[in-house]
Amino acid sequence: MNLLSIFNNTKSFEMGGVHPAENKLTADEPIQVLPPPDAAVIHVAQHIGAPATITVTEGQKVRVGDVIANHTGYVSSNIHSSVSGTVENIENLLDTSGFKKTAISIRVEGDEWLPEIDRTPDLISEIKLSSEEIIERIHASGVVGLGGAAFPSHVKLNVPKDKVIDHLLLNGVECEPYLTADHRLMLEKPEELIIGIRVLMKALNVDKAIIGIENNKRDAIQLLTELTEDEEGIGVQALEVKYPQGGEKQLIKAVLGREVPSGGLPADVGVLVQNVGTTLAVYEAVQKNKPLVDRITTLTGVDVTKPGNYLVRIGTPIRDLINASGGVPEHTGKIVSGGPMMGKALPDLLVPIAKATSGILLIPESESRRAEEYNCVRCGKCVEVCPMGLEPYLLMTLSQGHNHDKSEKENVLDCIECGSCAFTCPSNRPLLDWIRLSKNNIRKAKTAKA
Amino acid sequence: MSRMLVVSPSPHVHDKLTVPQVMEGVIIAMIPALAFAVLNFGLGAVYVTLLSVIFCVGIEYAMNRYLFNRKTTVLYDRSAIITGILLAFNVPSNLPWHIILIGAIVAIGLSKMSFGGLGNNPFNPALVARVFLLTSFPVEMTSWPVPTPTLALDGNTGATPLGILKEGARVGDTVPQMMAEMPGWMDFFWGFQGGSLGEMSAFAMLLGLAYMMLRRIISWHIPISMLLTIVVLTGAFWLYDPTQYAHPLFHILTGGVMLGAVFMATDYVTSPFTYRGMIIFGVGIGVITVFIRLFGSYPEGVSFAILVMNAFVPMINKYTKPRRYGSKTHYVKPKVVVEEKVVAS
Ligand code: SF4
Ligand code: SF4
Repeated sequence: MNLLSIFNNTKSFEMGGVHPAENKLTADEPIQVLPPPDAAVIHVAQHIGAPATITVTEGQKVRVGDVIANHTGYVSSNIHSSVSGTVENIENLLDTSGFKKTAISIRVEGDEWLPEIDRTPDLISEIKLSSEEIIERIHASGVVGLGGAAFPSHVKLNVPKDKVIDHLLLNGVECEPYLTADHRLMLEKPEELIIGIRVLMKALNVDKAIIGIENNKRDAIQLLTELTEDEEGIGVQALEVKYPQGGEKQLIKAVLGREVPSGGLPADVGVLVQNVGTTLAVYEAVQKNKPLVDRITTLTGVDVTKPGNYLVRIGTPIRDLINASGGVPEHTGKIVSGGPMMGKALPDLLVPIAKATSGILLIPESESRRAEEYNCVRCGKCVEVCPMGLEPYLLMTLSQGHNHDKSEKENVLDCIECGSCAFTCPSNRPLLDWIRLSKNNIRKAKTAKA
Repeated sequence: MSRMLVVSPSPHVHDKLTVPQVMEGVIIAMIPALAFAVLNFGLGAVYVTLLSVIFCVGIEYAMNRYLFNRKTTVLYDRSAIITGILLAFNVPSNLPWHIILIGAIVAIGLSKMSFGGLGNNPFNPALVARVFLLTSFPVEMTSWPVPTPTLALDGNTGATPLGILKEGARVGDTVPQMMAEMPGWMDFFWGFQGGSLGEMSAFAMLLGLAYMMLRRIISWHIPISMLLTIVVLTGAFWLYDPTQYAHPLFHILTGGVMLGAVFMATDYVTSPFTYRGMIIFGVGIGVITVFIRLFGSYPEGVSFAILVMNAFVPMINKYTKPRRYGSKTHYVKPKVVVEEKVVAS
């Protein structure tokens, strides 16, 4: 905590953290609506859990909002058509993971929506549904965490009976450099957001909700503070700019001072966190009967001609989005889905926007490759910046020596893969690559045993 | 164009500070001290420093290239330059070249490369070399040239202030008597005193410290905890008997304490990982330095103190692991009453 933060009541998490260059190039760019693509590619696995089961056949006509794949089991999500047209084929196509996965391709014809979807801009503030009905509607609407994790929201909201939630935290931190989708959302859809918060509060039966926003979004802090003045139980907390403040565990620490136990869930300390984008999707699902068929995403990069924030249909190839902002700049070396700290590098421009695609970042050739690696100089910087209190240098050495049991004792599974260690290491060590390897090995061994 | 896309795991950005830049930062931080060395000792200082750097860099390059068959460049990570300068800082400015060469061999060959090169050496290479030379060539290593009279305000003898103190104590002088023979406080601070090439100017060291902290190359933990410990301990003795024990400021400003605190003890490779560990390390060096100085037979003590604490680093690391997130939840779980249906019988 610095001196300034005492005066303006700014909070932050204690342990570690880094300050990558913010580069929020699109903070002042209003959200533009991107027209539907010529053809949409909709994957059946856009969420954590089982892939959805396809319910359409080739040649079938669909409208916006039609279920085209049904959730498989409880931890799964419905997939809706985001366009109207004809199902062209069902095949394996590249998704953001870089692998070919089952996807439904739809040739777009017109833009016909299911009639029961309320597409008017009218605010619906009265919440008619009961707690169970709300969760059911969220389940049916295919809402998942839009911040990047894509965990099905109905599962998250279904809190085990032995846990008591006393706070709902809204994640408006957007600590990833470059991304501004959540920022614009808070500025342009604040009323919808607040009703969405009320809906979530009713679903969870909590009476306190706090929106956490970093100080580099003063306008959003001010606006939401004003709008929530008369809203009982809803408050705004300004946060110091520090990565990874938007990590669930860091946000909980920053706002409430609580720490989620190792291997536990936020519910273990009485908290539930939802991203502001997800909250807007909840509003639309519950109040407007609109399933998750579009999202706000940022298209950005230092060389991009017209970087901006767009409302795009799920399934739009990122090429369309890039074309809308001036095309691929010369000397682009890497295209990342998400932010530069945790995003995934894409192999191809035809990969579609998925539910959890918070941004597309174009990185110049000159910054695309990793720099030369040196020996560990034991500087301790990776330890200093790890927000989980881990020792990345040690975890990397253990992983290299296949000592995965030992890494597990050193809490490697607590790693949130924020990348702060690898970002900081002056020797350019690929710390997180090796840590991921360890985590995967341990998880595999566990599932093999189970 | 999609054929050329780089696909690699996150993170996709990196902090600006990388090893060569860290090393260059340290070298820049040593420039004030180098300048004072040249002011005080003239061309001798330049000669010794250049030789030392050339020997260190050359030995490292040769060993990497021909002994380990590593792909390398002459300057590679720049760390050999630092070792070279630090070695020069730790010797008199009139040391013959063959002794410098031996020092470089001990520093780079014996105490760094034989452990596997940068990052693997348990002891500070320049300090190992200094102690080695001190025991092998005690005469050459302790006959300091007189600083150039134009700059040194006082007609200094070749002895170091700490040497005067030890010698004085042997013949039975009191501290105030001895202090009268020495340069004033400000001379100590600016660095007009006898001693090894780069260890005299506290002012230059402070400049270097400020620069390195500003660029976030090092943190305050090691230098400040070490200096404070020395001030507190020597201060306690001085309060107890000012005729027997020197003023704490005197201890700080002489005999390589500043050099040790700023450039030697802060060496990444041979110091602990965590802030807590660094503080323990700094305090340890302070304590050992004071005890060697006050009760040992060597007038100085910093080099030994740092080397001793270097040996403790693995143990310090083991006991100062960072606190894991979640080891304390700061949350009291409310009692949950799971309602059970009471079936009336
Ligand atoms: S990626 Fe994992 S180990 Fe590295 S800083 Fe983040 S939490 Fe710590
Ligand atoms: S940051 Fe890199 S060089 Fe420093 S201790 Fe960690 S792994 Fe080693």
